[in-house]
Amino acid sequence: MIDVPASDPWLILLVVVPLLAAPLCVLLRGPAGAWSVATAVSWGVLGIAVKLLGDVLERGTLRYRIGGWDAPWGIEYLLDPVGAFVVVIVAAIGAVVLPYAKSSVEKEVRSDRIYLFYAMVLLCLSGLLGIAVTGDAFNLFVFLEVSSLSSYVLISLGRDRRALTAAFRYLIMGTLGATFYIIGVGLMYQMTGTLNIQDLTTIIPAVADTRTVLAALAFLTVGISLKLALFPLHLWLPNAYTFAPSAVTVFLSATATKVSAYVLLRIFFTVFGQVDLFAHFPLQPVLMAMALAAMFLASLTAIWQQNVKRMLAYSSVAQIGYTVLGISLATEAGLSGAIIHLFNHALMKGAAFMAIGAVVYATGAVTLDRLAGMGKRMPFTMAAFVVAGLGLIGMPLTAGFISKWQLITAALESGYWPLAVLILLSSLLAVIYVWRVVEAAYLRPVPANEAWAATDRVPVGMQVPMWVLAGASVYFGTDASFTLELAHTAARALMGGY
Amino acid sequence: MDIFLLADEHLGLFNYWIVIVLMMSGFYVVIAQHNLLKKVVGLNIFQVSVFLFYISMGKVDGGSAPIFKDGVEVLSNPLPHVLILTAIVVGVAATALALALVVRIKHAFGTVEEDEIQAIEHDEEDIA
Repeated sequence: MIDVPASDPWLILLVVVPLLAAPLCVLLRGPAGAWSVATAVSWGVLGIAVKLLGDVLERGTLRYRIGGWDAPWGIEYLLDPVGAFVVVIVAAIGAVVLPYAKSSVEKEVRSDRIYLFYAMVLLCLSGLLGIAVTGDAFNLFVFLEVSSLSSYVLISLGRDRRALTAAFRYLIMGTLGATFYIIGVGLMYQMTGTLNIQDLTTIIPAVADTRTVLAALAFLTVGISLKLALFPLHLWLPNAYTFAPSAVTVFLSATATKVSAYVLLRIFFTVFGQVDLFAHFPLQPVLMAMALAAMFLASLTAIWQQNVKRMLAYSSVAQIGYTVLGISLATEAGLSGAIIHLFNHALMKGAAFMAIGAVVYATGAVTLDRLAGMGKRMPFTMAAFVVAGLGLIGMPLTAGFISKWQLITAALESGYWPLAVLILLSSLLAVIYVWRVVEAAYLRPVPANEAWAATDRVPVGMQVPMWVLAGASVYFGTDASFTLELAHTAARALMGGY
Repeated sequence: MDIFLLADEHLGLFNYWIVIVLMMSGFYVVIAQHNLLKKVVGLNIFQVSVFLFYISMGKVDGGSAPIFKDGVEVLSNPLPHVLILTAIVVGVAATALALALVVRIKHAFGTVEEDEIQAIEHDEEDIA
């Protein structure tokens, strides 16, 4: 028999702590109490995530057997460098968003629903972390639904009534996506008799040429692409991000799509890791075409938006394109580019959405015409937006540059020089949409309209998280040695299996 | 003779034919219906087809319920059945949430027809 690997209880705590804290929020009822619990838990989770990342880098893959049952029969949690990186992204964003949420949510969500808001954030956090640590394909579905159902609720809590329809549309598409995913898992189970991802890796090659497994691959890819909002399956995303409460937009844009990208990586490079997927099936041209379409069409759409939140939402669709482009190269360099972009984009888009959330908090303005002169009225907030915007463009000294540099290098390494050109060209589109905000905020005069000019002070609790993310995007743009090293390790781990 | 073989071969997959028919009808209803409630119904049909798929997959020819008993040699595979219990719970939660949203949408927009809601939303687009 194989020697029984040591069980690491921190893996399960990562999921169970936020899961148990959610009902605690409901029991406490008070907004302040619920917020305190949620914030404390999110920081605790970040602590665990960082510890786990350290352990993974030091000791390799960590495992936990639930209920003491051994792997193919029991559910096993395992964490390799890719999972650990995603866990840290999710936990870090959670820990930064919750302090920010306090004032923002007080203003945007009805006071008698605030405790439910925090309960849902914790459930969502727990689901997202669960996806990243589980080693079982069906368990992954359960966590996918835990995080999805709570995010539908979070989106529907927005002030605008269109938040309800956005949440409903997301629910329909998200449930279709998740159901596609279990169809795929079911088909794989029929052929392999296992749900354990590591087990699947070893058994799949023997049956890879059967139509059942091909159908499974198709269902899994489409299902997860729906959750990932890969163009053209992104239709739920713009309205969901636009009408959700600001804090929710920040949280979801920086975590939910990242975790879906992680699932896609797992399917392609772990479950089908021993099969030369990209050589056998026309997966590469399809993914590449979708990615390029996302980069260009979504960026172009972003240029035409009046609502800044919706503009950033379309920009998110475009940035997902960059991630998928990296995945479609299927080389170590391409995967590193995709993985590091997950992290960098979480920082930049988080900061950008936080800045707009602060503007909404202070003035209620979210459209371009009402942003006129905002550079003078809210200099700090708009400065943070500009820093984040430069990152989205991919300016040197910001995190966005590192991602794009890595992606371009990967494209050239694989011999796809037109891709490198297209990455640069699509960045020019980002210049245009970011510039439209800058132009409105800095070059147009403050409107004479009294009602529009009223500006509340943005509380420190919102300013600090915003600058933490904006600062981090500059820090990891100037000194990327740590994140790049991590992304390379993660990509190597993916290419080499668990 | 041939015709019997053919029928046997295909009717043996009877469950799977039902699964496919249900799956496609449900999927079609979700896409084609403009009434939000009917969309939820379609989504349910779609999900139920997957439940049937898992349940059929676990059935072993001539196998009895997976309970150890003297004289019972062949057992059906209980795992897909247990999995689908979980999926049913998830499906119920999703349906409940969807219905709650439909109620809220009805209150907010006064209608549950998608095209009417889109017309209202389109008018609001210009304001915000």
